[in-house]
Amino acid sequence: MPTDQTLDEILKLAAAHFNVPREKLTPDDDFFKTLGIDSLQALDLLTRIEHHFRIELPDYELQGVSDFRTLANRIQARL
Amino acid sequence: MNEFKGQALSWQVVNGAIELALHREPCNEIGSLTLDELEKFTAALPKLANEAHALIIHSTLKAGFSAGADLRELYRRSQGMEKSEAVRGVREFLERIHGMMNTLDAAPLTTIAAVHGVTFGGGFELALVCDIIIADRSARFCFPELRLGLIPGWGGIPRLKRDLGNGVVRDLLLTGRSFNVMKAQQIGLVSQIAAEGEALRVARATASQAGKFDRRTAIAAKRFMKPIPYEELKREIEIFCELFAQPAVEEGLRKFVENEGPQPYLP
Repeated sequence: MPTDQTLDEILKLAAAHFNVPREKLTPDDDFFKTLGIDSLQALDLLTRIEHHFRIELPDYELQGVSDFRTLANRIQARL
Repeated sequence: MNEFKGQALSWQVVNGAIELALHREPCNEIGSLTLDELEKFTAALPKLANEAHALIIHSTLKAGFSAGADLRELYRRSQGMEKSEAVRGVREFLERIHGMMNTLDAAPLTTIAAVHGVTFGGGFELALVCDIIIADRSARFCFPELRLGLIPGWGGIPRLKRDLGNGVVRDLLLTGRSFNVMKAQQIGLVSQIAAEGEALRVARATASQAGKFDRRTAIAAKRFMKPIPYEELKREIEIFCELFAQPAVEEGLRKFVENEGPQPYLP
């Protein structure tokens, strides 16, 4: 799956789950700030991402990751 | 007392199953208040067991089953204390927790943890005392203790080793990573997966099925299949207390408590 498609699917998933209009989210957004979420909600997002892409993404790989684009790259490496 | 409504938890008997609901905001952090009420429950258990054949432990909070030990309380309590006094306090708390957990582990009932969302640290350890873990798709498990310079102290390692292969236990412990329900089922920790919000319903159906069998046989089978690792549990308390005396722990706790950023639960 190309990274752009992965990125688009993450943005759709985050928008739907956290009730934010999709058009308000951009790849380089800090998702903690844009979605207004804390670390527990970020783990909830990670669980949804893992189910959606059928992957396992250990949370230590997300250390320091806060934008959708880098998140997509990490996911891409597990597909 | 077949019904109780406390500040951290409540219980009632429904169709032959005791339903123990955790409801201490924000995510059922377990400190002295919750422990007091859990001990009330274990004290009431012999009577309750006459009216029920199963116990279901679940959370009514959206965030999850339990985020584990109340680290803020632990940090606050150990402030301004001599190290030896702080370790003594921790040991007393651990011994109470172990007593309560061992009682739940050995309860003459079929015990079911119905979990969702965050099931971390002490919350994970509470689920591990149960005979069956049923998890919904939002569940996430983690032993983050090594991030604080500690090991799980409420029976986590001995009970994980009882249920899982040692290689998996080492991976989970030594990385402190969290994992989802699919992984939990794959490694043999979770036996049934429910749709989101359905774990309690599935647990009730399971409890009802378990109630169809002869009670004495079920208890004998449980005791045969699920021995309590008392020696390892005692050793765990010793190791935890040794580690708790290290300066790295106070620093780890301080960092967690003072972290006002959005990421205190991420590694």
